[in-house]
Amino acid sequence: MIAPKSPLRIGLCRNGGRSLPGDDRHYDLARSLLDKGYAVSVLRSDSRVEDLQDGAWLLLGHFGREKPLPASGNGNGHELHFRDIEGLETSQILKTVEEVQAETELPDPGGWKPWFPVIDYNRCTNCMQCLSFCLFDVYGVHEDKIQVQHESNCKTDCPACSRVCPEVAILFPKYKSGPINGDVVRQEDIQREAMKVDISALLGGDLYGSLRKRQTEARQRFSTERDESRALLERKKCLRKLKKDFDIPDEVLMSLPSAGDIQERAERAKAKLAARQERSRTVKDSRPAPTEDDWGI
Amino acid sequence: MPDHPTRGPVTPQPAKILYCRCAYAKVIAPDVKDEVLERLTRSGVAFEAVPDLCEMSARRDPALKRLAAEDEIRIAACYPRAVKWLFSAAQAPLTKDPVEILNMRVDGAGTVVEGLLEGVSKAEESS
Repeated sequence: MIAPKSPLRIGLCRNGGRSLPGDDRHYDLARSLLDKGYAVSVLRSDSRVEDLQDGAWLLLGHFGREKPLPASGNGNGHELHFRDIEGLETSQILKTVEEVQAETELPDPGGWKPWFPVIDYNRCTNCMQCLSFCLFDVYGVHEDKIQVQHESNCKTDCPACSRVCPEVAILFPKYKSGPINGDVVRQEDIQREAMKVDISALLGGDLYGSLRKRQTEARQRFSTERDESRALLERKKCLRKLKKDFDIPDEVLMSLPSAGDIQERAERAKAKLAARQERSRTVKDSRPAPTEDDWGI
Repeated sequence: MPDHPTRGPVTPQPAKILYCRCAYAKVIAPDVKDEVLERLTRSGVAFEAVPDLCEMSARRDPALKRLAAEDEIRIAACYPRAVKWLFSAAQAPLTKDPVEILNMRVDGAGTVVEGLLEGVSKAEESS
């Protein structure tokens, strides 16, 4: 899970209502802070302390002799810090920010490329194909609805689950091309994605299943023929197909769970299903109990 | 006019402006996102800039709820469909109208800045 606590937020206070501290340097400062992962608010000249919400703030400005509040304090239940940055260069201001950040013991900003699926519920039909397909437990179900629950489990640059979605309902906002990146879904996109699903079906229902089958077959061949190179060749061929058809990066293919892991996951899903079925029997529930097919088992 | 946040009365806030830097990926042309930020900072209007909306969404950042509750918000980020569902994923659906989402992956800096600042500069100056 991603650390739920927000990093330090930076407020840039105006002078005289028109310019920011540092005058021409304010753009450089804002850009540098953002690239380091800090959220920056350029404040109105009549902003109030009460307007500052969502966690700890560091306010930077030319405060002169009169400090707006003590150098560190509490406003509206939020932690507030003030630093006068008059005469400081951008690099010195950044150092000041880092020092305050260290004092607050808040999580450091950045450090994770936010790559994860986002569901377009206007398109999603709750078919759970993504749940069945993803081997990294990114998806989960809450009140019978598919959800992205473990974003940080997602493998960076892997858009494979969006490729198996028959409704083009899964987005990766940082993906290179549409409609996976959030661009408008066109009829030809739906047809193209349907073709991808067909390829998956041709390979035996699901690609991971196909991979496992081929691995098993390769192992059998290896045991009978002692032909290690042929088995490896077979595996490579299958991996190449996965990579090409689903745009799966090499790193992800290399980190696919082992057969044992997959088995364990299937057992966990079965246990959850059994619990759900049991609950459906004991609790008054008009909805039909889920079947193994519903859960992709 | 005070030069720091005060506890005094406040004038009506014009449309909230939100800028996403998309700091952790190279999907928005650097010259576009730089120019938008530069023109925003030089315009004198108040705005909020975040390193990455995706990261905030994954963290369920409470700021997204506050932003979604704004009466009027203009967002410079990426594809509107992606932005909409990123907010939704953070339990902060953009339900208020109008919400204007300007796409820095597709549009030039001029178009984005015009959309962000339309009518806002005057409101800011009069405050």
